[in-house]
Formats: sequence, C-alpha cells, structure tokens
Amino acid sequence: MLRFILRRLLQMVLAFFGTTLIVYALMFAGQGDPIQALAGERPVTAAQRAYLTEKYHLDATGVGGFFYRYFDYLKNLLQGDLGQSLTGRQIGDILAAAWPVTVKLALIAMAVTIVIGVTAGVIAGIRRGSIFDNATLVLTLLVLGIPTIVLAPLAQYLLGVKWQLFPPTAGANPDLYALLLPGIVLGSLSLATALRLTRTSVAENLRADYVRTARSKGLVKRRIVGVHVLRNSLIPVITFLGVEMGNLMSGAIITEGVFNIPGIGFNLFRGIRTEDGPLVVGIVSVLVVVYLVSNLVVDVLYAVLDPRIRYE
Amino acid sequence: MRVRRLAAWTALPLAVTLGLVACGSGGDGGSGESDPNAAVRIEIAEPQHLVPTNTNETSGSQVLSALFSPLVDYDEANKPYEVAAESVTSSDNKVWTVKLKDGYTFHNGEKVTAENYIDAWNYGAYAPNGQNSSYFFEKVAGYDDLQGEQPKAKTLTGLKKVDDLTFTVTLSQPYSEFRTMLGYTAFYPLPKAAFSAPGVLAEGYEQAPIGQGPFRMKGSWQHDAKVEVEKYDAFPGQQPKVAGVEFRIYQQPTAAYADVLSDNLDVIKTIPTENLSTAGTDLGDRFLQSSASSLQVLAIPTFQKEFSNPEVRKAISMAIDRDEITRSIFKDSQQPARSFVSPVVAGYRENTVGAAGEFDPAKAKAMYEAAGGPKKIEMSYNGDGGHKDWIDATCNQLKANLGVECVGTAEPKFADLLTKVKAKQPVGLFRMGWVMDYPSMENYLGPLYSTNGSSNYYGYSNPEFDKLLAEGAKAPNEEEAVKKYQAAEDLLAEDMPVIPLRYGQNNFGHSTKVKNVEMDLFDRIDLLKIEAVK
Repeated sequence: MLRFILRRLLQMVLAFFGTTLIVYALMFAGQGDPIQALAGERPVTAAQRAYLTEKYHLDATGVGGFFYRYFDYLKNLLQGDLGQSLTGRQIGDILAAAWPVTVKLALIAMAVTIVIGVTAGVIAGIRRGSIFDNATLVLTLLVLGIPTIVLAPLAQYLLGVKWQLFPPTAGANPDLYALLLPGIVLGSLSLATALRLTRTSVAENLRADYVRTARSKGLVKRRIVGVHVLRNSLIPVITFLGVEMGNLMSGAIITEGVFNIPGIGFNLFRGIRTEDGPLVVGIVSVLVVVYLVSNLVVDVLYAVLDPRIRYE
Repeated sequence: MRVRRLAAWTALPLAVTLGLVACGSGGDGGSGESDPNAAVRIEIAEPQHLVPTNTNETSGSQVLSALFSPLVDYDEANKPYEVAAESVTSSDNKVWTVKLKDGYTFHNGEKVTAENYIDAWNYGAYAPNGQNSSYFFEKVAGYDDLQGEQPKAKTLTGLKKVDDLTFTVTLSQPYSEFRTMLGYTAFYPLPKAAFSAPGVLAEGYEQAPIGQGPFRMKGSWQHDAKVEVEKYDAFPGQQPKVAGVEFRIYQQPTAAYADVLSDNLDVIKTIPTENLSTAGTDLGDRFLQSSASSLQVLAIPTFQKEFSNPEVRKAISMAIDRDEITRSIFKDSQQPARSFVSPVVAGYRENTVGAAGEFDPAKAKAMYEAAGGPKKIEMSYNGDGGHKDWIDATCNQLKANLGVECVGTAEPKFADLLTKVKAKQPVGLFRMGWVMDYPSMENYLGPLYSTNGSSNYYGYSNPEFDKLLAEGAKAPNEEEAVKKYQAAEDLLAEDMPVIPLRYGQNNFGHSTKVKNVEMDLFDRIDLLKIEAVK
C-alpha cells in the first residue's frame, strides 16, 4: 500500500509539470493582447503598455519566448511564488482568500449529494419499480436536463427574491445558511447522477448470488443491505464522487457568479475574461493538484471498501 | 470591465421621451424620513486600483469619490465650479494658478497643502510608475521628460509651489479647458503618508487609501468582497447625509440586481440588459435612467477609395434607422445619436449631422447611387462585446435600403480589430465606442478627428478642423472655446468621417431603503446627495 502511494505521488509530480506546461502553452497561444483586454476599449498609453510589457515579459514571444516565460514561471512556482496577476495582486493571496469559501461550498454540495442522493438511491434500488423509484427517475431526469445556468438564477429568483426563504446572494463571508442555496444548486447535478448510480448498483447487487446466500442463511434484511449490498454497490459511486469532489473544488463558475461568491470559479472566470494569463495558470496549477489528490484518495478508498483490491 | 461613463441630469427631455421612467432628476422614489446614522450599500465591481492616478474605471473611481474631494465639480449645466480649490485662474490659458481652500485635512490629520497635489501629479506622470491615468498630465509642461524607460526627469517642470495653499501649473500649450479637466480622479492629492520615499508609493497605501474627502476608510480594502468607508467628521466641505457607505463587490450585475430586489443591496449602478425589460415593473420609480458620456459610432475608413466621397458616407448614414435599432435591439437602454458630442458636455447641440441623420431610404439610395458607392459593404466588430445583433440589423437595413450586399465580420477582441485598422487593412466600416475623459467638447473631437489624434483610425484629416481646435484651445474663456469647437463639429457634419449611432445611458436602480440616488458626470453615485430612509 505504502509503495503504491509513493509511486502515485511520484507520478503526480510528472503529471503536475505536464499539465502546467500544457495550460501555460494554451494560455500563451490564446493570448491576444492582455494589456488591451485589461483596459477594455479605452486606448492604452505607450507608457502603460511599456510598463506592463516589461513587468510580465509580454514581449517574449515565439517558441523561445514561451520557454523563457514558462521556466521563469516554474522557477518562481518552485519557490512558492505564484506570481502577480495583471492588476498587481499576489496570486497566492487571491487563492488564499478564494479557497476557503469554495471549499465550504463544495462540502455543502457534497453533503447534499451524499445524504440525499445516496440514501434515495438505495431506497429506489431496493424498491425497484415502486412509485418512489419512478418519481426519483422523473425528478433526476429533470434536474439532469436543466443546465446550472438556468437552474441557479431560477432558484435565486424563486427562493431568494420572490419567497425570500434564502438570501439571494452569499457574498464574501457568508454564513452557512447563505451558502445553503448555492450549495444545493451546485450539488443538484451530482446528486442526480449519484442517485442514478447508486440505484442501479444496488438493484443489480440485490440479485447477486451472495445476497441470495445471505438471505437463505436467514440474515436480517438490514444487515444484508447495510453491510453486503451497500459496501459492494458503493465502489462506482465513490469513483464518481471522487472525481466530482475535484469538480466542485475547482469552483463553480456559474453558481459562484450567480450567487456572488468570490471563490475559485469566480476568479478563474475573471482571469479568463481579462486574459490574465498568470492568474489562470496559477489557479489551474493548484486545481491540478486537487484533482490528483482526490483521485489518489479514491483509489485508496477502493481497497478499504473491497479487500479483494490490493495495491502492490 | 465596465468603462467610465458620465451622466447628466440636464438631459430631462431624453429621459421623458423614453417613456420608461418619468424620473430624470434623481430618485425620489423612497419616501420616509432620512436617517443620518445609517450606512448605504452600493454595488461596484472589483476595482483594478485605488490610487488616484492609476484608477480609470468606474468602480475604483466610485470608491475614490468617497475618499477624496475634487478641485472642481460640475453643475447642472456641466460647467465646472470650485470645490476643494478656492480658485483656478489663468490669464493666458497657459499658466494656471490653483488656490486651495484652507481647512482641508487628510484622514490621518495631515493638513492639505499645494505640495500634496504636486507630489501626487508628479508620481502619476512619471512613466516608470506605470499609472493608468498618466496621460491626463500630458498637457503639463515637462511631461515628455518623464516618459520612456529612463526618463530625463522625475518631476514636471510645469508644477510650482507658490505658498502652502497655492501652486501654478504651466502647460506646454495654451488650453482653455484645463479647469474642466481637474474634476477627474487623476487630479486628487496624495498625503505625505502615501509615500515611503519621495516619488515612491508606500507599500499598502492602496489597501487603505488616505484621502481628504467626506469619507474615510473603515478597515481596509477586502478584495472581491467590499470596501467600507465612514463619515469623516473633520471634513470642511459639504457633509454627506449618510454615516457611511459599503461598496459591495459583485462580479455579475444579475446577482446585484437580485439583491436590490430583495433590499439586500441599496444601489445597483448598471441594471443588466436581460433585466431591463422587467426593471420598470420590478422597481417602479426606483428604476432610473440618465444620459451617459459614451458614444457609439460606425467609423468609415476615409482613406479607402470607395468611401472617400462624403456623399457616400452621408447616404449610408441616411439609410440607417437609428430609432428602430435602439428600440428593438437595445430596448431603449441607449439613445439614438445625431451629433458628434454627447449631451453630457457643455456646448452639445442636438442633431448636428443635419439631414444625414434623418432616416430617408429613398433619398439615401438615390444619393448613394449618384455618388457611386461600393456594391458591397463589410462591417467589422469585436465579437466579445455583444455587438453582433445591432451590426446585423444595421447590415440588413443597408441591404434593404441601399440595395447593396452587406456582411458583418467579427474579430475576436477589440484589440484585434484595432490592429487591423491601424495596419490599414480593408476591414470595411467598423464599430467604435468613445467614453470621455473629462466633460469637454474637445475631448470628443481632438483625439478622434484631428490629423494626429490618438484615436483617429480612419485617416480623417482636415486642416480647417485642426485649426479650429487649436483656436479653441487658445480661446480666452470657455464660452469662446465652445464656439470654436461647435464650428469644428459642423465641419465633421459635412465630412462624416464617422456615423454617430447611439449615446450610452445609465440604467440604474435602488432599494426601498434609500432615496435621492443620483448619478454624477463620471458614472458615480453622488455620495453627498444619497440618503438612507428610516
């Protein structure tokens, strides 16, 4: 096990450099004129242009320029310096401010997914074909069919503005209650998927040989479902949730925008819109780490859930 | 990013013709008694910077307008009057004497002196400091020596201290409207505490700027969250009617709009386009509109042979139904334009383009054919600014009314479009927008149409026009200057280097908890007028 984790950690280092290289290259290639983008449609003075060009080495172009800027970036990165955004703020500071609120939001969404999605999935799986099963089928299809860009403003308008059950936006230092609505909206999509996955998996395992054996041995139903079926059914769900955790952590660009939560997605959106290369690369580099770690955790969890899976 | 825009409350007739709101003179929608102890919450976007000379977008300048008091402000007729200055005078338009009012102090207790202005302006003009608004000082003598990578000098030779409360500004060329310029953010003073060494801005000043205005910082700038300010009791000028302001930072105006609807936020400065059609019913008389300084034009590359005849350009202008496009595409969130300057500046006259601004398809077609206009017209625009709809509509009008082929071509960003235009590649007609830097007719004419204008991308050159502008700059007073500028504008109407299409408009609203919400000339909520309702 330990060797497996070590090997994976080493692979992660390679994967990290590979992805930052790709992201940096994409940002570099797609960059038009970030100085003009920053100024909008106003003309940029020569002095301002010269100042920013020198500060961010924007004059280094072509393949040589790319590697010069990339290695410069890497050198700073290895010293723990993520650099400055084009508006002169430390990217490290931006991330430090944005991360906690995104994590909070992700955890709420995750909790909603697990508590409602997995529970309802198990019930639907056991009572296959019942009214409950069919009702959740319709509901989840509906949720899967509505994109967040519609769902989030709709929830905000109905629950926040019209009926005033929740505050319509969360802001920078939200309490748990203010984050609940965005959390539910954010979690609803993964909730639907988790529910479908759990339901299918539970329904399938209920017909497995070992369940029949357990039943014929006279075990109580609670134990059959709770220990035997659930443990085997959760493997695909865990895989899904692990990847989903990465997705949620990477910030929800739409949800954070609609509910005015200055998290990671909010900043990523701004970075992309203003062609702020350093900011985008900085955020994505950290996100890469989040994905790699959450995948590793999922792999380790497999072994916990299913002793037959061993890592050497 | 939102660009700076200015508004004028004198544009009452415009707001009324709109029919959307009947309120042109400010929000008196809220009733009830004023509460001087309450703070109000105003929506902004994350400011890029909070140093006066580095701030040229609306969010930053809104915050700075609380922290600083300008030398001059603008009255109902958009003419400047002194605020922090006792007087701004000149006998020859070249050497200006600025006398400061006594009694102003910075929020840290420092007395405001002439040196505070000189230091701040020198810092702003010095190129290596990379200040966004440095070009505001380009008219001051010695500006050129502060430019380049290794500037020859660190201070402007044109700025001289006379005594503690007086300094002189020598311009490199006479300029009659220098006094008008002084109302903008770039001309605020900086306290000694802002500098760690002469000419070096102290680290962290931007996080909690110290000004000499009616409000002072309460805590520091909380990035992406808010900036809070509270009333500064030692302020000698007009006192605000609220105890403080929370500038709350929003990335998307839709979120701010939802908050205003549920009274979680007091003022939204820009109601998102998608909500404009319902804003009248959602907010009632709390939905407000005012003229803004921006001007959208269709620029014509006059250097291209097929467009070199002014008759062709006028015919195109006549074939465009501006009213229809502002109504159906913009839902009246902008105003049709028929002049080259915005209604927010002194000297604006309605309908200076004359007959070319009247929609007359039959006459347009006859004129177009007589002048031998091209059979195919291309229109370029930047694809990221939501311009496709109106470009397509304009193209369709030209197709129908002139019988020409017309295609809209999108460039990814405005910068890409500019690169092509600067290289004189044939992009056809192209869209351009202009926002003013200071409320003067000159600012709508000089940079855009003079032969060496910084934003003259269409190769327009008229010696007579250049001469009138130069005369305007030397005019003995503002009235004389305006006359020269108006004559210059008339020349533009004859030549039509661009086709004016629409004026911008501020569409803003407020909650039930505030009243007297007004937008000033620089697209900022007037913080001295706004009141909280008990």
